[in-house]
Amino acid sequence: MKSVLPVLTVVGAILLFWVVSVIPMNMHLTADQAQRDGLVVSPATPAERQAYSGLGLTLKNTGLISRTYVLERPRLPSPHQVGVEMWDTIFAKKITSRRSLVYHGWVTLSATLLGFAIGTTLGILLAVGIVYNKAMDMSVMPWAIASQTIPILALAPMIIVMLGAIGIQGLLPKSIISAYLSFFPVVVGMVKGLRSPDGMQLDLLRTYHASPAQGFWKLRLPASVPYLFASLKIGISASLVGAIVAELPTGARAGFGARMLVGDQYGQPIVTWAALFAAAITAAVLVGLFSAIERLTLRRMGMQAA
Amino acid sequence: MPTVAELAGQALQKEDSTVSPPSKAVIAAQGLDLTFQTNDGPVHALKDVNLGIDKGDFVSFIGPSGCGKTTFLRCIAGLETPTGGEITVNGMTPDEARRARAYGYVFQAAGLYPWRTIGGNIKLPLEIMGFSKAEQADRVKRVLELVDLAGFEKKFPWQLSGGMQQRASIARALAFDADILLMDEPFGALDEIVRDHLNEQLLQLWARTEKTIGFVTHSIPEAVYLSTKIVVMSPRPGRITDVIDSPLPKERPLDIRDTPEFIEIAHRVRDGLRAGHVDD
Repeated sequence: MKSVLPVLTVVGAILLFWVVSVIPMNMHLTADQAQRDGLVVSPATPAERQAYSGLGLTLKNTGLISRTYVLERPRLPSPHQVGVEMWDTIFAKKITSRRSLVYHGWVTLSATLLGFAIGTTLGILLAVGIVYNKAMDMSVMPWAIASQTIPILALAPMIIVMLGAIGIQGLLPKSIISAYLSFFPVVVGMVKGLRSPDGMQLDLLRTYHASPAQGFWKLRLPASVPYLFASLKIGISASLVGAIVAELPTGARAGFGARMLVGDQYGQPIVTWAALFAAAITAAVLVGLFSAIERLTLRRMGMQAA
Repeated sequence: MPTVAELAGQALQKEDSTVSPPSKAVIAAQGLDLTFQTNDGPVHALKDVNLGIDKGDFVSFIGPSGCGKTTFLRCIAGLETPTGGEITVNGMTPDEARRARAYGYVFQAAGLYPWRTIGGNIKLPLEIMGFSKAEQADRVKRVLELVDLAGFEKKFPWQLSGGMQQRASIARALAFDADILLMDEPFGALDEIVRDHLNEQLLQLWARTEKTIGFVTHSIPEAVYLSTKIVVMSPRPGRITDVIDSPLPKERPLDIRDTPEFIEIAHRVRDGLRAGHVDD
């Protein structure tokens, strides 16, 4: 609870910055609109106004400030416009409606969760391979790192087009891109976790003449659990980003990515911003969920003071 | 050309030159050598170590850092492989003995698994060795009583003090009832008062269980107080400089440390340690 005040302070500062930024950002559009509505604007022509910065124009037309907050198609929507749009599309629409953010959210979330499951499974298997197999240790990690240096935005359309060519469509291609982003933190974390037992703990098992399988199940795997959770939290947000990116280049009809694209293409920044915020909130909820599971698990395992 | 008789004579001589270890020795080392290859060249960790440990002995290994006392203990345990000489444990090679689970090993750190309760930690070797659930529960209860930790079975390691954790790790080493207990500076990280208390308890435990104990330590009083046999070692190369059979009785209250006999043995150990330092 101690963190509430600092968090609120930061949120307040960001909101203030946002609210203030709306004025100069939207002033050119506002001035054009005001002129069409028959108000006196200075300077008088759009061409002349282009010579001014947003801030300069604001200083010459202080009377128009309130109008910058209510544009239908603003360059930068004000917080309350985004808030209203989110309320409308999350709570006021039926969740089966194509304008409901809950509907679009579920489309993205299902791909995210499937991709996350695939990525996590793959990541854990690769980590086990890397820890137990010298050849994999030498060969897999460089490729895993290389895979993350390719911009996903460039790779996503190719993956989707190629999978489409062999008849795989719908949820799976998006999930694969999701998995592509989320397996990496799991590999890195699990390799570190599986290798975390020190020499003494490994020697102890040798004195018991324990088999390698017993060493894995009784020592390495439980020792890696804290590392796994750290990775899962990064992995789940990476999965969400992957699913959204996968929706962007392909003209997907549903999902957060599709909403962002629609807002962009039809000049409705409010829609884009609402989708952005909904995605961010979804990510925060997912990460928060994993934090809670982490706390519960570690407490149950006795690895964290209750 | 030597005659057949001469050859036989040579063979016989050779036979004679190797002193066979006493048959009742549980652990016997003959001319044991161990050289580690490091980036700075070879390190002679053990050189020509000869030692016999009888059943029921409490043997301490004492010496400065680098004298090979821990290395020797690890050789007994089959955790290091000697580069020369011979060593047997219960008449087997150390590796065979390890596979036969001939000994319990206590490390300097308790090394309890934080995700297991104290009971769960003690069950670890029992699970690995395939004891039945009922047998596991039985043994956990028994060894916890042995180290005076009855009632702590369901606690997690972080809920126990350092001394209690080390006692739990001793219980873990005792759980599968090996005849030999190897201890590598088990109380080195604990404070003096806890250490005294644990030394006293360890002697009681040894008297009750009649195990053969190999005990590595830095502390002269600890070595003299606990042992029936004190092995003094010195470094570069790691070797034995003195083996002292303690005349102290088996029954040892803590204040035995003020008796002239105790002080005399402690003197001899100190002299042995000093002699090992002459070369540097």
